[in-house]
Amino acid sequence: MKEFKYVITDEVGIHARPAGLLVKEAKAFASKITMEANGKSADVTKLMALMQLGVKKGAEVVVKAEGDDEDAAIAKIEEFMKEKL
Amino acid sequence: MEQYEGKSIFKGTAIGRILFYSKGQQQVKREKIDDAEAEIKRYEEAKGKAIEQLGALYDKALAEVGEANAAIFEVHQMMLDDDDYNDSIYNIIRNDGVNAEFAVATTGDNFARMFADMDDEYFKARSADVKDISERVIGVLSGKNMDGELGDEPVIIVAEDLAPSETVQMDKTKLLAFVTRLGSSNSHTAILARTMNIPALIGVDIKEEWDGKMAIVDGKEGLFFVDPDADTLESYFAKRKEEEEARELLSQLKGQPDETKDGKHIHLYANIGSVADVANVLANDAAGIGLFRSEFLYLEKDDYPTEEEQFQVYKTVAQNMAGRKVVIRTLDIGADKQVDYFNMEHEDNPAMGYRAIRICLDRVEIFKTQLRALYRASAFGTISIMFPMIISVDEVRKIKKICEEVRAELDDNGITYGEVELGIMIETPAAVMISDLLANEVDFFSIGTNDLTQYTLAIDRQNPKLDNIYDSHHPAVLRMIEQVIKNGHAGGCWVGICGELGADVTLTEQFIKMGIDELSVSPTFVLPVRKAIRESSSN
Repeated sequence: MKEFKYVITDEVGIHARPAGLLVKEAKAFASKITMEANGKSADVTKLMALMQLGVKKGAEVVVKAEGDDEDAAIAKIEEFMKEKL
Repeated sequence: MEQYEGKSIFKGTAIGRILFYSKGQQQVKREKIDDAEAEIKRYEEAKGKAIEQLGALYDKALAEVGEANAAIFEVHQMMLDDDDYNDSIYNIIRNDGVNAEFAVATTGDNFARMFADMDDEYFKARSADVKDISERVIGVLSGKNMDGELGDEPVIIVAEDLAPSETVQMDKTKLLAFVTRLGSSNSHTAILARTMNIPALIGVDIKEEWDGKMAIVDGKEGLFFVDPDADTLESYFAKRKEEEEARELLSQLKGQPDETKDGKHIHLYANIGSVADVANVLANDAAGIGLFRSEFLYLEKDDYPTEEEQFQVYKTVAQNMAGRKVVIRTLDIGADKQVDYFNMEHEDNPAMGYRAIRICLDRVEIFKTQLRALYRASAFGTISIMFPMIISVDEVRKIKKICEEVRAELDDNGITYGEVELGIMIETPAAVMISDLLANEVDFFSIGTNDLTQYTLAIDRQNPKLDNIYDSHHPAVLRMIEQVIKNGHAGGCWVGICGELGADVTLTEQFIKMGIDELSVSPTFVLPVRKAIRESSSN
């Protein structure tokens, strides 16, 4: 399993649009990718669950990937979040 | 006539008949079904169709309101494809043996509630998105489509709430305004209303019986009139006409260069009287501020404004104008502008009395405080300083010496300041007659046509009896302007007009032919004057 931590800098937090794009990115991988925030955890391929984490600006999230392509998945998701969130 | 208040989402006036819009809140019946797998297949097909519709809406929104606002429909598509949402629907169909409509409605309600219960306003508002996608699928399932038909005549839509998909679907040419009870200024519908320039009010206690009645939406004041009386209607027709003309000009002229037909560039700036006016300057697309009347700082207070207070104001304006020129005129009180704490003696003829630069050169500490604030603020943008009511070269030399002292003090204290142009108002016949000499002393002239006309024609501006002979087009005034431009240029100054005459579009071409470099007008005149400049030739 691979993971990284990230603090959200986007003004609105993980709002609908980037959440949607994030789901798209995550679906491209076979690994199971989860995000933990505010004491809850959500599957990153599930848009509604991801939004219900209610992640705001300044919140620290932990993203974990487990599976055959976990290295690539973590690298890609981290890059995406740094750029968009 | 009934009058209501609401929260305005987009400023603007709309007048027309009300269309009470109800979603026909789809009454979903719970029905038992035998073949769960067939029902799931029915749901899948309806979902596919809904996603297709959302794709078409995305394209429509993309063309009408841009990518950022269209994105919500892409998100809706993804929400419909969400695993948890779909699993919930499958489970309800399979476990309860009920129809797809009921399963979708139940699931939609559950998910909507989960969002509605969240703490944050943004996430709370997403519950409307869940409801919207669920209703769309139910519409497809029950053969009722959400097509947004509005009829032939443009209408004011009154509704409980509006989903973004409903907003986008409506034919914009038939849509005058939105008035809803629910909704937040953060909602996508609110954002869409703003993007589409549609007046909109939320939080209005709507009534179904209004359907078909005449109404007025005043998006500026947040007012809603049902069955307006004739006087109210008339005044709003006039308001709407003004707005339409302004919008028309704006759309045609915004972003266009201030250039004559033969390519001469004119600096078209705006006049302001307070920080709050800066927004208007930017909205009307002026290239800079040609006259910032600093008096308000003194007029609105009971005591002398401190250097720090003034500095903050000048700095804010300079920063908001982001490097564009800001010409700030030093204190111009006296005459018709009186301030109690200056303790000035009564004068029989204040227009020709103790005012403006005459006070500043007499009470030098007040003047220095303002100059220090101005120089400090100059580090944050492009500030020019302009001095009013000049009649002699000697005055200008005194001013320059005081400015030098102020700069030296700032240097001693290690305070930085920018390059500051110094200029004078030309508003006395004396200044016109010696403009050749004055031009050697300063960087620019700005002609104050109101006072110049009053002093040249010896006509008191405040006396209504003389209105009929107060002629600002008087050849004496126009010849003076021409002479000032010529002398200014010979002495290396740029020359502008900041009085009311600068906004007189019947003279714009004449001024340009005289060689004027800059016109500074009140923000609302910027675009009309731009139009006049663009229709003029410089020779």
